[in-house]
Amino acid sequence: MPKDHGIGASTKRREDVRFLTGKGRYTDDINIRGQAYVHFLRSDVAHGKINAVGTSEAETAPGVLRVFTGKDFEGVGGIPCGWQITDRQGNPMQEPAHPVLAQGKVRHVGDPIAAVVAETYEQARDAAEKINLDITELPAVMNMKAALEDGAPKVHDDLTSNLCYDWGFIEDNREAVDQAIKSAHHVTTLELVNQRLVANPMEPRVAIGDYASYSDESTLYTTSQNPHVIRLLMGAFVLGIPEHKLRVVAPDVGGGFGSKIFHYAEEAFCTFAAKQLKCPVKWTSSRSEAFMTDAHGRDHVTRIELALDAEGNFQAIRTETYANMGAYLSTFSTSVPTYLHGTLMAGNYKTPNIYVNVKAVFSNTVPVDAYRGAGRPEATFQLERVIDKAAREMGIDPVEIRRKNFVTEFPYATPVAVEYDTGDYNATMDKALEIADWDGFDARAAESAKKGLWRGRGINTYIEACGIAPSALVGQLGARAGLYESATVRVNATGGLVVMTGSHSHGQGHETAFPQVIAEMIGIDESMVEIVHGDTANTPMGMGTYGSRSLAVGGSAMVRATEKIIAKAKKIAAHLMEAAPEDVELKDGQFSIAGTDKSVAWGDVCLAAYVPHNYPLEELEPGLEETAFYDPANFTYPAGAYICEVEVDPDTGKVRIDRFAAADDFGNVVNPMIVEGQVHGGLAQGIGQALLEGCAYDDSGQLISGSYMDYAMPRADDVPSYSVDHSCQTPCTHNPLGVKGCGEAGAIGSPPAVVNAVVDALQRNGKDVTHIDMPLSPSRVWAAMNG
Amino acid sequence: MPTVSMTVNGKPVSGEAEGRTLLVQFLRETLGLTGTHVGCDTSQCGACVVHVDGEAVKSCTMFAAEADGAEVKTIEGMANADGSLSVIQQAFQDHHGLQCGFCTPGMVMSAAALLKDNPKPSEAEIRDYLEGNICRCTGYHNIVKAILAASGQEVTPIAAE
Repeated sequence: MPKDHGIGASTKRREDVRFLTGKGRYTDDINIRGQAYVHFLRSDVAHGKINAVGTSEAETAPGVLRVFTGKDFEGVGGIPCGWQITDRQGNPMQEPAHPVLAQGKVRHVGDPIAAVVAETYEQARDAAEKINLDITELPAVMNMKAALEDGAPKVHDDLTSNLCYDWGFIEDNREAVDQAIKSAHHVTTLELVNQRLVANPMEPRVAIGDYASYSDESTLYTTSQNPHVIRLLMGAFVLGIPEHKLRVVAPDVGGGFGSKIFHYAEEAFCTFAAKQLKCPVKWTSSRSEAFMTDAHGRDHVTRIELALDAEGNFQAIRTETYANMGAYLSTFSTSVPTYLHGTLMAGNYKTPNIYVNVKAVFSNTVPVDAYRGAGRPEATFQLERVIDKAAREMGIDPVEIRRKNFVTEFPYATPVAVEYDTGDYNATMDKALEIADWDGFDARAAESAKKGLWRGRGINTYIEACGIAPSALVGQLGARAGLYESATVRVNATGGLVVMTGSHSHGQGHETAFPQVIAEMIGIDESMVEIVHGDTANTPMGMGTYGSRSLAVGGSAMVRATEKIIAKAKKIAAHLMEAAPEDVELKDGQFSIAGTDKSVAWGDVCLAAYVPHNYPLEELEPGLEETAFYDPANFTYPAGAYICEVEVDPDTGKVRIDRFAAADDFGNVVNPMIVEGQVHGGLAQGIGQALLEGCAYDDSGQLISGSYMDYAMPRADDVPSYSVDHSCQTPCTHNPLGVKGCGEAGAIGSPPAVVNAVVDALQRNGKDVTHIDMPLSPSRVWAAMNG
Repeated sequence: MPTVSMTVNGKPVSGEAEGRTLLVQFLRETLGLTGTHVGCDTSQCGACVVHVDGEAVKSCTMFAAEADGAEVKTIEGMANADGSLSVIQQAFQDHHGLQCGFCTPGMVMSAAALLKDNPKPSEAEIRDYLEGNICRCTGYHNIVKAILAASGQEVTPIAAE
């Protein structure tokens, strides 16, 4: 009998009711009396020297309150980077200034030069056209390898080169890896591109700055995955506003996928301008602006070598990756190609020797940062592609070569500094083969052939490190923040609970899933638990939602706070029943004493806490409210196996995905309906990367894919219905819920399955194609098969 | 500034609109009906779909002045008279056809228009019809399922432990 409430139930989402009736409250739905509107004048060249910004005509245009330029921000801090990487020589990375409005130079198309604040949005936009720009265009730095050559134009004149860092992981492994590769029976080499993507949450970014002169408090309403992080970064590093004078609110947020983690210049601008002008200042990004200002994702160029013995056992992996940072360092940009990528290069396999080298490069493009998966999709893609190629070269079955090398004993310490606590990779492989009907492939291939189509299948596994992250560990690695999470559980006198969490929901269903956990712990109805998030004024310090961390870290904080609540409530109940606290049991919302008929209801204990007439006041404070901070002991390691079947049209190169099967191990699952929805969404993004999406620049740095007319978002008719399964569950060993996180898996695990399948289809039909770079557009596939 | 008048969700309304004011701006900013969303500026994403005289329209591609005198229906007018969710809205909740909720109003309006013309669409017909509505969260799987269910067709039940 499936559960109908509590942990494991597919409770319908309570937040859906407001979203389905038009009552969602997104940032752009907020309008504050007397607000002004800002329009940013943005660079239309990729690289240029600013000679003059003539604003006098714009300043006198109708409705204009003020025109700001980079000069107005000379005394203000820059947008900070949250993670310092140390290079192979032990030196800190090169870290350029990132002004709120451009100073001296523009460094990418979309770099903000001036900001016009006016009474209406139309007036601001009209006035911006009256700004006279004098910019000398400079050669754009676009190609990463060319950017590192001597004499290349520099994105930042005050840095020694365009190299942000040259990172080795782990440097002490290097010699052993080189030796293992030199002496290996077989080495498979693959060069590949993990193309630049744009996250594209459907809600464009919005920022509204507000300033209360009576209290000297600033408020920022923003489309953020982590309002506390924005408060910390913007308050401490950019505007110099103490946190007690700064409130950041992220209400309903229409998707993020990473791109709404980061602190953006527009947030700082609106907060700053509101204080200067003593009126609220609102900015709403257009989609066109979003393409040239939201941090992009991926953009790695990699060479990977896999060394094997004669039986196909992995001996060593060596990689060299060029990672594009874009023009400035976005908040977590530097950690993505390093600690979120290098640490995953072992995958699900027991390869004894691994060395990862990453060169992070500045270019005249939009900054690149975390996008769903963040480093882990890049690791998975190269590893699972090179394994497929090696299997083919050595004549080993692609399932067999993976099974042969699986990690099967846990805990397992990888050569790239992480320790997998638990997993069962054969179980998810078995399940994937089952739900994909692996053995029925030949019959389906024959059917496809009758239609003149080439069928292929691709398989891969993945592992990710989620539940980000143990603060002490990431601190050693250069993180400039702790990565705990917090929760306050407030029990009301009438027995209902309000849980204030630093996690932030922007589609993940926290308002529904979190109460399932707490209601089960106490034995009350889920409707008695309310989740409050997204406002620094009424939630404890939190780090927000990304890296599939909300339930594993935020949920654990909630559990810890609820345990404190229960412990105190038991003391109150013991007093009411005249018993010892250790004899009190809590079940189904009733406190009782084992072996007696004494009991007291949850609601009576809550009431006693707030109306303490009969209460042990000499030992216990009144009230029932507790806060917990939870700092994880390790990452969590979700893993799984994915299988894709495609049909390729040999006449056009068009790829159609016919079947996609995903078997994931997320540990324990709180709401399976939500978990499956997360996987579906990740799969569509991964399939989008594999077949459709690509952010394109021309050589002069112009953004070619700047709208939904040019950037191919996956649509309903581009993707199949998916077969997903999460029944293989090895609970996480170190958090109280045994959960691992499910938000990114689909996007991490699916691109290699698609590419492996297309290569397989071509190989089965006599085309010696070993790799095609994503996206696998018809023209690329056709060129590969006819090359 | 000229005044435009129309009936929105059964209620006569009027307000000032510049010639360049889009219907979606009029709905959101003049009337405060913020359920209709703007997700792009090239008429691609479908977050702004409303019904104008019974037809699904991307309200970012129409000037407010063009809707003068029209019957407009938005997501705010889709629930049953007693405030409960309509069949389509309920199917979206039952089958987890939404996550962040931003594309949802447009999806529901498009689904309603589809089912009006084609009461029992196939999966392929639904996917084809939704080509003008982009969702970044759900991977479309559960949206398609919700619309199939709303049309009274059998779908697999949601997962449970």
